[in-house]
Amino acid sequence: MNALPLILTVFIACVVEAVEALTIVLATGITREWRSTFQGMAAALVTLAVITAAVGPAINELPLTALRVVVGALLAIFGLQWLRKAVLRATGYKALHDEASAYLREVAAAEAAARQSRRGVNDWYSFTLAFKGVLLEGLEVVFIVITFGDNQKNIGAAVIGAAAAIILVTIVGIAVRAPLTKVPENWMKLAVGVMLTSFGAFWGAEGAGARWPGNDAALLVLIPVVAVAAAASIAWLRSRQATVAVSVPASEVVGS
Amino acid sequence: MKQLKAFGAFWYDFIVGDDWHVAALVVAGLALTAILAHAAKVNAWWLLPVFAFAALAWSLHRATAKK
Repeated sequence: MNALPLILTVFIACVVEAVEALTIVLATGITREWRSTFQGMAAALVTLAVITAAVGPAINELPLTALRVVVGALLAIFGLQWLRKAVLRATGYKALHDEASAYLREVAAAEAAARQSRRGVNDWYSFTLAFKGVLLEGLEVVFIVITFGDNQKNIGAAVIGAAAAIILVTIVGIAVRAPLTKVPENWMKLAVGVMLTSFGAFWGAEGAGARWPGNDAALLVLIPVVAVAAAASIAWLRSRQATVAVSVPASEVVGS
Repeated sequence: MKQLKAFGAFWYDFIVGDDWHVAALVVAGLALTAILAHAAKVNAWWLLPVFAFAALAWSLHRATAKK
């Protein structure tokens, strides 16, 4: 019976971490590509297993702070790029594409070259997003298990709590996957942009030394705030578009 | 050389994306948060979101401003 509080504590803490990883995986898989997303997730789990096996309890010494800064910065940048494109598309500014531009040709060639060099991974972007999200959250789950388990001298109970959390979140992820695919693509991308920006800002600021009020619960406020900012951006551009349309012909409005 | 250029273009597009100002503002926000937290002992958890919103607004303004 003494193990029950430990199991419950680890379970709740790990549910939070697992939901964060699931959000990244679902968002990436639905909007980009499932195969590469699962490959990224699998690679992260293998890396996590290797790190855990090799380092063991000394895993607590890994520079999680530096990892948070790097992953947070990249996620925030990726998220803001997604938000930018989704807002521009939602307001009609991104309707026209300049496919013939030299820049896009170069990027397409670079992507093709990069794909050749990465065997078996179709979408490096999906792979990397899933890899980073799962590895970072996975490391946090391992930290929780080792820290709580070691303190209570009951690693086994901590592992049970963590495993139950991961199984539950995985089942929920499978259940919500199908309904989520019915959401219009651009709105899904907007939602992904909101999630990536929120997680990126959260982890980045935490890694930089800031402490969020309410710790992980701050995400429950941060995500809606970023969503409101995205909605406000759409409203702002629509009102601006209406003003511009009076003086500029629509054919001259080209997104970047 | 061509492959190296393509490789560099891929990573630039991958990390920085369409507008380098966004990446620059996120990095600046992180740096300022770290400076405030470690040097001035100010818990500036709000600073990075502010920089992120500023980056989004500035980038959208640049993309849609009348040429």
